[in-house]
Amino acid sequence: MSRSRLTQSNRAGWAMALPGFGLIAVFIILPFFLAFGLSFTNQRLISPNPTEWVGFDNYRQLMGLGVLTLEPERDEAGAVIRDEDGAIEYPRLRGFTRGNPDYAHLDGMREWLSWGWGEDRVVVLARDVVFMTAIVNTLTFVLVVAPVQAAIALGLALLINQRLRGINVFRTIYFMPVVVSIVVVSLLWRFIYDGNDGLLNNILSALSFGVFEPVDWLGNPGTALPAIMAMSIWQAVGFHMVIWLAGLQTISPTLYEAAEIEGSSRWQTFRYVTWPGLRNTAVLILIVITMQAFALFAQIDVMTGGGPLDSTQTIVFQAVERGYGKQDISGGSTISVLLFLLVLTISLIQRYLTRERS
Amino acid sequence: MAQIDPSNRGLRLAARYAVLVLIAVIFIFPLVFMVVSSLKPDQQLLSDTGSLRAFLPVGDIGLGNYAAAFQRAPVGLFIFNSVLVTGITVVLSLLVCSLAAFAFVFLEWRGSGLLLSVILATLIVPFETIAIPLLLIVNQLPWIGLDGLSTGWLNSYRVQILPFVSDGLTIFLFVQYFRDLPRELIEASRVEGASWWMIYRRIVMPLAGPVLATAAILKFLVMYNQYLWPLMVVQEEGYRPVMVGLQYFFQLNRAWGEIMAYLSLITLPVLAFYFVLQRAFISSIASTGVKG
Repeated sequence: MSRSRLTQSNRAGWAMALPGFGLIAVFIILPFFLAFGLSFTNQRLISPNPTEWVGFDNYRQLMGLGVLTLEPERDEAGAVIRDEDGAIEYPRLRGFTRGNPDYAHLDGMREWLSWGWGEDRVVVLARDVVFMTAIVNTLTFVLVVAPVQAAIALGLALLINQRLRGINVFRTIYFMPVVVSIVVVSLLWRFIYDGNDGLLNNILSALSFGVFEPVDWLGNPGTALPAIMAMSIWQAVGFHMVIWLAGLQTISPTLYEAAEIEGSSRWQTFRYVTWPGLRNTAVLILIVITMQAFALFAQIDVMTGGGPLDSTQTIVFQAVERGYGKQDISGGSTISVLLFLLVLTISLIQRYLTRERS
Repeated sequence: MAQIDPSNRGLRLAARYAVLVLIAVIFIFPLVFMVVSSLKPDQQLLSDTGSLRAFLPVGDIGLGNYAAAFQRAPVGLFIFNSVLVTGITVVLSLLVCSLAAFAFVFLEWRGSGLLLSVILATLIVPFETIAIPLLLIVNQLPWIGLDGLSTGWLNSYRVQILPFVSDGLTIFLFVQYFRDLPRELIEASRVEGASWWMIYRRIVMPLAGPVLATAAILKFLVMYNQYLWPLMVVQEEGYRPVMVGLQYFFQLNRAWGEIMAYLSLITLPVLAFYFVLQRAFISSIASTGVKG
């Protein structure tokens, strides 16, 4: 009775929590809901025209996809027409995507992917090919970086968890890149990856006694994204190593002693003692890495600007390019909403896959 | 277990250290390269990349690149802006978030449970997904300054500070820490008639050293390394922070020596800070993990 009166105070409670909650409400919650609202409008940062409600137009514009199966052109006898190189000739795509009333749903789309299917050709069309590329690149980045970085971080944590003299020095060094800004790291690695005088080319060339041919790592559509992945892992892996390490240290030493007495091998100890003890840490690490990987922006902005040939476009880079660069707030907000839904979906899937099975 | 051959043991120990050192080289060499290169003239910098000299401060060593960097851009101003914005945000954040957490943990009031759940729910919203609508909001917010009422926060310090003062993670860290403090202490002070503000200031905050350090370090790293947000909201040179100031250095006539000098200049203080407080840095990152 007296206890509750002692700690009960509506006025003091609200007064103390309000600054913190108010700032979160204005700068996180409001823009979050605003993103949903704006994505159904044509809002611009500064515009002479009043904002209009446009329904799902922004989503259709970004996500519009269509599939078209092209049949080969045939001559009067019904034989397939081939060009001089023997390649099958197909009707022009434009005939379908430019004002063809029979294919109104494909109007204004461009070719994204295509492949042969027997004699036919299947074409996937997208209303916004660059954004589709950005989604694929971001997902590739997440799907490669999340498991690889988590695994390397775990390996490092196991190394650091040994009882050796001076081990803390190594922990300090492995963690060091984490405190360096990703912007600084990106600019530094732009020089390391340089096609002419780059450090990496020179090292590889020296190690292979001159056999290695220099590669313009960031200027080549095939290597640009992998190069950015490698650098991102280098920068952030220490962060996750420390979280793994904290998880490792919660496992009771008596379990290891028991395993040793039972004569269990190193792998068995890891499989049956260490790994079960790291379950919650694993879930957390995967979610943290995934959220960080989806936010890929600074590396792109500093190193490639989305190029070459859109091979490093990402979702956040596109959101900023439209929302800020072109002042298209509604377009940028729509991308933000899609990004949030993607992050949420992936975290829910991860949570489901790593759920406690009882 | 069975055979304890001393030479074998020594060999295995050496192998372990060899692996550790090899990995350390991968993490440390790019940073060594950055600092060493900042001391070399461009021509030597480029020719040195072909050999181990790239990692050694040899040849024509000097601070010329640093002088040139200050010539090219108002580097001092950028550093001042970053330090100011980071410092104010860290201090305000510690105050505001610890107060809120204090209210959630020690006081009983209507709505407290709901408010805390809402705050914790914001943890799954990455900043990148709210940056664009936030840009629209800050562009239309009013402000009362010395010159009266104005609209729009672009190009100011407040637009870089206020959105980051309060956040779910910091409040969560304080809540976790406060929950482990003995409640009897607070109740006893209430019986003696101490005000809530007094209990916060005289009893709880003096006990909050570790969590204050954790929250301060995390906020410091986020704020000093800000890039996306100031890129969007600060176009005027006068308010630019260090990371956005980098843009001056990757324009047409790219001088790598100057770039390395600028990178070293804005990175070395943080690294020094890290080496001195490395235990606190590492445990603050770890504490974001253990409780998830």
